[in-house]
Amino acid sequence: MPSPDGRTPTRLSGVPWLRWLRLPRQPLLRHLLFGAVAAVGFYLLTSSLSAFNNFRVGEIALYVIALAGLSLLTGTNGQISLGQGAFMAVGAYTLGVLTTHTHWPMAVDVLAAIVLSGALGVVVGIPATRLKGPYLAGMTLILALALPRIADKYTAFFGGDQGLTVNAPTPPGTIDPQRWLTWIQLAGAIIVLILLANLTRSRFGRSFRAVRDDEIAAGLAGIHVARTKVLAFTVAASCAGLAGAFLGLSIGVVNTGEFSLTLSIYLLAGMVLGGAGTLVGPWWGAIVIVFMPGWSNSIANSFSLGSAVAANLSLVIFGLVLIVVMMAVPMGIQGGVSWLVGRALSLVPGIGQPRGSRGPPDIATTPDITTGGG
Amino acid sequence: MSLFINLSLNGITNGMIFAAVALGLVFIWRATHIVNFGQGSMAMFTTYLAVTLLDRHLNYWLAFAAALVAGLIMGAVIETILIRPLRGKPALNPVIVTLGLFILLEGMAGSIFGIGNRSFPPAFSQAGLTFGHTKVAFSHFDVFILAAVVVLMLGTLALFRATSLGLRMRAAAFAPEVARLLGVRVGRILTLGWALAAVAGSLAGLLVAPTVSFSPNFMDLVLVYAFTAAVLGGLDSPVGALVGGLVTGLALSYVGGYLGSSLEPLGALAILMVVLSARPEGLFSRPEPRRV
Repeated sequence: MPSPDGRTPTRLSGVPWLRWLRLPRQPLLRHLLFGAVAAVGFYLLTSSLSAFNNFRVGEIALYVIALAGLSLLTGTNGQISLGQGAFMAVGAYTLGVLTTHTHWPMAVDVLAAIVLSGALGVVVGIPATRLKGPYLAGMTLILALALPRIADKYTAFFGGDQGLTVNAPTPPGTIDPQRWLTWIQLAGAIIVLILLANLTRSRFGRSFRAVRDDEIAAGLAGIHVARTKVLAFTVAASCAGLAGAFLGLSIGVVNTGEFSLTLSIYLLAGMVLGGAGTLVGPWWGAIVIVFMPGWSNSIANSFSLGSAVAANLSLVIFGLVLIVVMMAVPMGIQGGVSWLVGRALSLVPGIGQPRGSRGPPDIATTPDITTGGG
Repeated sequence: MSLFINLSLNGITNGMIFAAVALGLVFIWRATHIVNFGQGSMAMFTTYLAVTLLDRHLNYWLAFAAALVAGLIMGAVIETILIRPLRGKPALNPVIVTLGLFILLEGMAGSIFGIGNRSFPPAFSQAGLTFGHTKVAFSHFDVFILAAVVVLMLGTLALFRATSLGLRMRAAAFAPEVARLLGVRVGRILTLGWALAAVAGSLAGLLVAPTVSFSPNFMDLVLVYAFTAAVLGGLDSPVGALVGGLVTGLALSYVGGYLGSSLEPLGALAILMVVLSARPEGLFSRPEPRRV
């Protein structure tokens, strides 16, 4: 439904108070504006939190980065990956190895983590271009199981069970080190989300969606299908690499125990729960991933279910999340929220959202929410 | 040389187990065009049921049979509750649901049976047989593994080739609409496909368990190796599952023996990447024509 000036309305222009704000039409400017607002908000938030809560905010930020990449890959490009945890391991180990064996600046190490995991993303993405959903899921499942074992095999280089020690970056002046790290992680998340929001609004984003919806039609329309899929895979892997490097900085040590198959499945669950193909959904998913171990412990304790249940409740809950979300609300929390907002607005007469009995969108047809930021 | 022979024997035994799980994957793929990533966890769960029954001093073969029956019921129930509502949904949805099943069952098994490692008594001696003066890595239990999987394979062959039920199953997989018009209860056939797949998986679980000290994730690697085997064989061919299983078993046994067992999953990844790059439709099935 075209808006009065003939442009296709974005979701944003459908929300009246945002239109009233006269946001910039240029996507980059708009995303930068959201990013700036989010940065100010996070500055105020982190200044008031304790060191432990700042640690958790930083963890949420790094999972947002990994989930946003996965959300782009699955929701926007239609490829599924269980390798996101493995790519996080590559990022973390790159950082660990470089900080152990070299004295380069931290920023260079983190950059190397992004580049190396992105490069591995190309290697894995190339055979993946010929694969449909279940084949790709199976191949990345093996990747998630196989990669950590390389670190177990070459213990001298990768530190074995002990892992590699990573020192947190030194803050300038009198800033609390934990707060400084959280700021770095939040800044990383905001930058990644701005970049991804622009990417999904660009020619590449349109190619991603065209390939997701119909590969043959996309190919006939002149899109290089294989290249598009490899690009999406590479972007997702790079995001995971950055997230992995940040995870290493957060916990101060890199070992294989952090990067089990479970991590990859949790990431998939977090992405599905937040809503595939959105860039706000990853925040929901990341919050659940960071807080779930604590929640399941307190649930198990308050019902005195014993230690075996406490140790396994997260697995059960994430398994249920994957199943229930897929069967009941395939568009995830964010899809559900925006659908509800849209329905509510359409009940008010004279407001932009088109009327109609449009049902909730499905995972493969979820429209992208490119509002970026926080 | 004797290392090579022992690795080959070990590879054949493992390969037969992979073939059994792969056969389950093939059943489900043929019936519903879904790869069931929960196949390994389902087998793990029934194996835990069997070991719990053994703890209560039930007869060994009764516990064995109980696990197979539990697999049959579990497969049917899961198909009815989780898979049937997904029909007609995008192909990613069942993938995600079966992955959910995968960790849900592992979490449940850990909660119910504990996360500590368990051991499962073998049905027969696991001591290597002696031929002449050389002892080889092939035991009575390995003979049992081979026999059990061969019986499973022959049973499958007989079911598909010689019974009217098998004919209906093939019809339902080949052309569900036509089969339905001709009076085949396609829905029930699909449920049966899942149930039989779960039986094949349960059998594999019971055959793997005595060879490892097992915990709720002991079938993870078996599942991905079986997936490699099934893809190698083309995902919809039972013969392909058998050949794929043997090739995967042998290749991974050599990788493990000569390069180190922690590189086995990487070997499976390499096989899968090569197969999928060179011949994505597998060795035993024809490429599907692309339809616009």
